[in-house]
Amino acid sequence: MTYKVIGKRVKRVEDPRLLTGQALFVGDVSLPGMLYAAFFRSDYAHAKVISIDISQALEIPGVVGVYTAEDMGDDWEPGPPLVSPPPTLENVVFNSRRQVPLVKGKVKHAGEIIAVVIAESRYIAEDAAEEILVEFEPLPAVVDLEKCLEPGSVLVHDDLDTNLAAHLIQNKGDYEGARKEADLVISRRFHLDRGAAAALENRGIVADWDEKNQHLTVWDATQSPIPIRNGLAARLGLRTHQVRVVAPFVGGGFGPKIMMFYAEEMVLPWISMKLGKPIKWIEDRRENFYATTQEREQIHDVEMALSKEGHILGIKQKFIHDTGAFNPYGLTTPLNTQSHSMGGYDVQNYYSDLTVVFTNKTIVTPVRGAGRPQGIYIVERMLDIAARELELDPMEVRRLNFIPPDAFPYDHEIIDQAFATLIFDSGNYEPAFDKALEMLGYEDFIKNEQPRLRAEGKYVGIGIVPFVETTGVGPYEGARVSVEPSGKISAATGVGTQGQSHMTAFAQVIAEQLGVEVSDVSMVTGDTAEFHWGTGTFASRGAVVAGNAVNAAAGDVRLKVLKLASKILETPEEELVLEDGMVRVADKPDQSISLGELALLANPLRGAVEPGTEPGLESTKYFGPAFGATAFGVHGMILEVDPETMMINIRKYITVEDCGTMINPLVVEGQIHGGVSMGIGNAYYEKLHYDENAQLLNASLADYLIPGSTEMPHIEVHHANTPAPNNELGTKGVGEAGAIPVPAVFAQALENALHDYDLEILETPLSPNRLYELLQKKEDNS
Amino acid sequence: MKPAPFEYYAPTSVSEVLELLNEHGYDAKILAGGQSLIPMMNFRLVQPAVLVDINKIPNLSYIKTHENGIRLGAMVRHTQAERDSLIKERVPLLHETMPQIATIQIRNRGTIGGSLAHADASAELVAVTTALEARFKIQNLEGERWVPASEFFVGLLMTSLEPEDMLVEIEIPDLPARSGWSLKEVARRPHDFALIGVAAVLTLDKKDRCQSAKLVYLSAGDGPLVAEEAAVLLQGQKISEDLIIAAAEKAATEEIDPGNDIHATADFRRHLANVLTRRALAEAYQRAKGGK
Repeated sequence: MTYKVIGKRVKRVEDPRLLTGQALFVGDVSLPGMLYAAFFRSDYAHAKVISIDISQALEIPGVVGVYTAEDMGDDWEPGPPLVSPPPTLENVVFNSRRQVPLVKGKVKHAGEIIAVVIAESRYIAEDAAEEILVEFEPLPAVVDLEKCLEPGSVLVHDDLDTNLAAHLIQNKGDYEGARKEADLVISRRFHLDRGAAAALENRGIVADWDEKNQHLTVWDATQSPIPIRNGLAARLGLRTHQVRVVAPFVGGGFGPKIMMFYAEEMVLPWISMKLGKPIKWIEDRRENFYATTQEREQIHDVEMALSKEGHILGIKQKFIHDTGAFNPYGLTTPLNTQSHSMGGYDVQNYYSDLTVVFTNKTIVTPVRGAGRPQGIYIVERMLDIAARELELDPMEVRRLNFIPPDAFPYDHEIIDQAFATLIFDSGNYEPAFDKALEMLGYEDFIKNEQPRLRAEGKYVGIGIVPFVETTGVGPYEGARVSVEPSGKISAATGVGTQGQSHMTAFAQVIAEQLGVEVSDVSMVTGDTAEFHWGTGTFASRGAVVAGNAVNAAAGDVRLKVLKLASKILETPEEELVLEDGMVRVADKPDQSISLGELALLANPLRGAVEPGTEPGLESTKYFGPAFGATAFGVHGMILEVDPETMMINIRKYITVEDCGTMINPLVVEGQIHGGVSMGIGNAYYEKLHYDENAQLLNASLADYLIPGSTEMPHIEVHHANTPAPNNELGTKGVGEAGAIPVPAVFAQALENALHDYDLEILETPLSPNRLYELLQKKEDNS
Repeated sequence: MKPAPFEYYAPTSVSEVLELLNEHGYDAKILAGGQSLIPMMNFRLVQPAVLVDINKIPNLSYIKTHENGIRLGAMVRHTQAERDSLIKERVPLLHETMPQIATIQIRNRGTIGGSLAHADASAELVAVTTALEARFKIQNLEGERWVPASEFFVGLLMTSLEPEDMLVEIEIPDLPARSGWSLKEVARRPHDFALIGVAAVLTLDKKDRCQSAKLVYLSAGDGPLVAEEAAVLLQGQKISEDLIIAAAEKAATEEIDPGNDIHATADFRRHLANVLTRRALAEAYQRAKGGK
């Protein structure tokens, strides 16, 4: 299909507002009589609350109220279970324990809220919070993923007799049988550590109950305003039309702002209703480190069986996933790990045993990548190790195992996070892989460049890793598109925007259908007053699910336009063209009518709307895929390590990205740049250090190291295009792709740079200090 | 993350500052560039009752020659020093140090006097002024006194400044002829506090022997850590690779006292100190020989 607007490098229409400070964020919302909240949070990760004394806090001038769990009475209830285990899986153990609005009885992770202060300013609220006296009885903390399952372990949830949150096994083929046939069986243990999403904008809420209007408005820095609206209405005993949730511009979501129902989201609207006043809270960075969800901590024991030619005969893994103190988001993240531990390879025998544990750490929910980086890390690391043991070219081993292009749709016979069978809809892996090798000059680097640099005393290595990403899962999203009498287009969809360029990309889809300029389209996202069906922005699904809903609605409007124009211009529809905001007769350009005139005619002031028709040039449509669209890509890097200081410099970075049809390559590239920076963080910089008391030791951006522009290499992006067969646009998601393979690429490149040292990297992130320890251990052993 | 309540003064002369400090004593804190103090106040790690903002005082941002050296007003911003041609010419070690401090945004606001008075052992300026044998002019209502760097930094975030004292000027003497210098540090990201760092200053005599050597470490103890024994090893000797290795080994294993934290173990820091000392001494020696 040839497009006029889709696929063009259109500059983002939202940027002028964002760059000049004119875009509305929750922090910009200011209402008359607004009050401010501050929270008294537990410093302990695990402790009984013996008593709470708020009397001194209440005496501070400017304090309006202080609330504890007791004050909520019957309104106190844990957050809703957001994602249950897949009903299609058998023998699943799943213990659901959800976060609470205010602590009752026992604190289960540091940062949980004991009391809320409402005051005339944030300063006063924080002063008062310091005056709250809480007596705690500290308890030993549950920290270690394995020890927590030993008999006699301290329990996070006393009403469970275990710290086991979930257990399930997925099986495909016959691993043990395959193992018997194998020429090589390798087994390794991997440690993957925890990181933060660290969005530039922290969370924020303004809740405003209008007593006279009996209406609640909540501005919420969320990725999912509609589920929050639905949940708030249900919890607060309101009709859905009485609650409007607006997610205005949001400075980065990355997962933790999905429909979590954070404690603050439950408590502040409730207090606003009690007081009849607007209340504002903007999360500060320290709160963010304790109270906003995190991800990635897993321990894997992996076995891979191979033939001597390098064919993967089977993979077996047993892994433990840390969900933190609660598991509101069910099994999404570890299911993604299970789904991605075979990469894009044709693996016939697979056995995956998942254990999820509760610990006294911050809650885990998906963070950009969402379990996928762990899966890709282990399969790619295992292939590197296998190639070494079999003395094969690691790149050839990958080529040998790719799912061939004629095998799609490829059924993996296990259940994925969408509760459907894991089916890869389409793919063409080898050309993209070859392109990556070519971009990085793989052969020349290995044969000539690397030996030359080594002779100069430089330790430079190369890493190239392919990956897959399941994207664009259901249930559905919707969109409404209408032509206004001005001829301009207004549109709305339920998903929120946290930097994904929805206002541009969706406008391009509409402009393509209706023959208007992108700038003529005004796109509203994430406001339940504008569109109130849908779920949200997550799982790399915006362009696929909402994008195709927008396309369907715009396509339907196009039909309405043609039908009406045909009548007025007395010309058959197939002879009409839509361009420049006009409908023209194809070979008679002077016979035309503007979209604006048609919109007026479709909404007459006199005369009836004929039965079976609707007024206006407007349509609302939905899109819900049966299963997702699987994107593919290859990342490669050349890095240099100083084996004395252990400091690492990424000299070159390339990606080949296949996300099907691109609506806007600029946007795709931006997603990849951002994703790679997160991936580099996961590989080398970012680690949340919890001590034996489950205390976070680096709860600030001075100590939690995020790569910035000074750490980022130039990234060269090449686009491949295998359109998704199951949606009209052919789009696949790309929001998370950039982050997924980076730790695996980094480990491969680092091992390659240090091949003299015969190093094996089985953990991520890997700091210079840790690299030093690994090399010391090597030295001690030899 | 809001500071606790405080009284705020913005005097326009040093004498007014001294009056306020005299009046409020330990309750008062001077606000210069605010790059350390304000975050600490926002975290409520410090809660000064009185903040004395000295940004409105004119004439504290000069950089001028004075006899055999230069003098800087306490309010010289890092960026100003970084771009100053006099510093580039007369104190090249300081010139080379400036871009390694934090980020450009922090350097735009942070002041030389503020960094020195804060006395963070991981601050480059603390180690470098010690290596360069700088002197600090301190005023109070009673008068003024000059304190050498070696007596100014007394411990963890501690200086010889008393509550009623204000640091007003820094003097850095010229290095003797045939001196070479180097600052080497390792930080996770360029702007982070260094895991370890070393400022080296070497002066050679006419026969190319080491006339004097100074090795000062940052992030290696409670304050600027001077490796005196390593310097003794170098003193009077012809600089050779073996000598450099021996001096680095001595300083890194016996003299410095780095701590463990989440970014690096003490063991790794000693290893890095060893590597960096070798590199710093080699560079300083080359420069000294080049007569720069």
